[in-house]
Amino acid sequence: MKKKLLSIALTAVMAASLLAGCGGSGASGSSSSGDTFKIGVIGPLTGGAAAYGTAVQYSAQIAVDEINAAGGINGKQVELKAEDDELDAQKSVNAYNSLKDWGMDMLVGCVTSACSIAVSEETKNDNMFQLTPSGSALDCVKYDNVFRVCFSDPAQGAASAQYIGQNGIASKVGVIYDSSDVYSSGIYQTFAQEAANQGFEIVSAEAFTADSKTDFSVQIQKAKDAGAELVFLPIYYTEASLILQQANTMGYKPIFFGCDGLDGILGVENFDTSLAEGAMLLTPFAADATDELTQSFVKSFEAKYEITPNQFGADAYDAIYAIKAAAEKENVTPSMSVTEIGDAMKKGMTEISIDGLTSTGMTWDASGEPTKEPKAVVIKDGAYVSAQ
Amino acid sequence: MLKKKMLSRNSKGRFTTYGIVIAAWIIMEIFMRAGLMSSHLEGLLVPMTYYAIVAVALNLCVGILGELSLGHAGFMCVGAFSSALFSLVTDGVMPDGVRFLIALVIGVIVSAIVGFLIGIPVLRLNGDYLAIVTLAFGEIIKNIINAMYLGVDSKGVHISFESQMALNMEPEGKTLINGAMGVTGTPHDANFTIAVILLLLALVVVQNFIDSRDGRAVMSIRDNRIAAESIGIPVTKYKMLAFTISAAIAGMAGVIFSHNIATLQSTSQYFGYNVSIMILVYVVLGGIGSIRGSVIAAVILYLLPELLRGLNKYRMLIYSVVLIAVMIINWAPKAIEKRTAFFDSIRKGMKRNGTA
Repeated sequence: MKKKLLSIALTAVMAASLLAGCGGSGASGSSSSGDTFKIGVIGPLTGGAAAYGTAVQYSAQIAVDEINAAGGINGKQVELKAEDDELDAQKSVNAYNSLKDWGMDMLVGCVTSACSIAVSEETKNDNMFQLTPSGSALDCVKYDNVFRVCFSDPAQGAASAQYIGQNGIASKVGVIYDSSDVYSSGIYQTFAQEAANQGFEIVSAEAFTADSKTDFSVQIQKAKDAGAELVFLPIYYTEASLILQQANTMGYKPIFFGCDGLDGILGVENFDTSLAEGAMLLTPFAADATDELTQSFVKSFEAKYEITPNQFGADAYDAIYAIKAAAEKENVTPSMSVTEIGDAMKKGMTEISIDGLTSTGMTWDASGEPTKEPKAVVIKDGAYVSAQ
Repeated sequence: MLKKKMLSRNSKGRFTTYGIVIAAWIIMEIFMRAGLMSSHLEGLLVPMTYYAIVAVALNLCVGILGELSLGHAGFMCVGAFSSALFSLVTDGVMPDGVRFLIALVIGVIVSAIVGFLIGIPVLRLNGDYLAIVTLAFGEIIKNIINAMYLGVDSKGVHISFESQMALNMEPEGKTLINGAMGVTGTPHDANFTIAVILLLLALVVVQNFIDSRDGRAVMSIRDNRIAAESIGIPVTKYKMLAFTISAAIAGMAGVIFSHNIATLQSTSQYFGYNVSIMILVYVVLGGIGSIRGSVIAAVILYLLPELLRGLNKYRMLIYSVVLIAVMIINWAPKAIEKRTAFFDSIRKGMKRNGTA
């Protein structure tokens, strides 16, 4: 009996210490205190997708440092805090709640689609302004308080099909995509729908899954046998580099065409970049573009973090500047409550036009979708060059 | 006399467990109502509770039935998806409470059926073999749902394993499961109170089962299968019974899972074998066969990495170190020896004070 009492007592002590540990920080987050803007970032900072999350975190930090050095937003300094979601929707919501306790005014996140959708349910209830840099699934911007910087998956698939059709690049197209990935299958769906209107034929559509992404010889052979002149790869660059290598050993040399996920293929270790010669991709950002803004961003990023930024980072950088522009348009101050900021930002976002890393003259409408130009890039002599 | 004493001791232990859960619920509710709780902790309460439920379910399988299952995340997945589908289809048709109740029943029944069907071949095996096969079935469930496209329009239900276009739906048709993208837009029906009620339900079912005639039969199979068979206990029947109940309760946890978050995807980070192993860790650290231990371990081990958020990248490292430390302190023979000696000395000290 004593032992039992002791165990109950210990449990009670433990429960109490848990509460004491985190109850202190807490008046339910709705009051945005202080004299600084607090912007939260949520993304996968650890695990397999950490490259995307950290790129967003670092790039947002660079943008915030620049803004602070130039006097802040409406004269107020900006604070940034990033929380890890491990690519897990439930953990993403936990991260959101913990940022709310910190006193977050606005959210830049989440980095990935599923997490972004899950968190948007919460931000809708709080009327918290949410700007996802790279959540590309259609449902990410379902609510009026959520905006995005990147293209949506359908927009990328349709734009790719239109580009191939209108420029008459190929009449027989093969597709290799990752059926277990939201991004990849989302692009493929709209690509296939749009292909019917564009006068080219999809002769083979072969899938792989996250569990079997090292050997692509079957998929490549099918595309080859079907006589595809162009292979569309709506996948990330790691798998794409393997496909290019394996196609080369099989003596198959079609045009390879990808979306923004292919950005970074030249940086894959031990990858013979001559294999990627002539590959095309639709991407909003290329780290070796020659415009001044990209160059200064890439330079400060490389100086600070010793890696080359990818398009996720570029989206996040633009997201911070979009927030700055919208906040200045509507005279948002940190002393306003979260909902007041949310309402003002919703209005402000539709009134601004941003010249950013991912596009010039970006505008948003109330649906949350950006209007921007997709850029087609060709790999020539081991570098990304704008097509046309 | 002896029997009566034994029974009362058992039921006393049972009510202590219920008491702890109810007390925890009351404390949390008070803190929440008073606005003293951080929204971070508030958001953790429901996941913490459904992991406690699934840990109880797995403990029935591992601790009472004595068979190692590595597929419980799969049953959770079945419960989550079947109930989410129902809620999605009937959203707006009936009142929220009724809808959730029916969704709960559907989730539990469907995962019980799946558990039963899987149990037929699986429970013919023993030990390691059974563990591997349940692991495989868990992965199969996850992958089938991950590859499935399901839509509904005026002509009825369409299923495809190829792509969304292959559903051949009318333009106004509604896609319910969109392959890897899973289910989005499940109504947010679950809350902490509902989760705690379901945890209590799971506890009542499991503890009563253990104390029942059927439960004793199951434990006799665990302790000595041949002896149990020799006195005429139908081994297969009782194994199926315990396994199915365990699957049904895991499905119940899945129902709470899917109704607590708007996106539901059948991917490894939610329903893969690593999740099954995580649940097994809760059971093992809480003490195999100890239902109360499972609940406490699930709560602490789910909260720990979240409360360590402040330590950023080091938190998963610290979490692993804590796992090892808890394992040693709880179960190493020397540690147990030291611990009993320590508690005995305290007890003696207390007694001496009491008499003096």
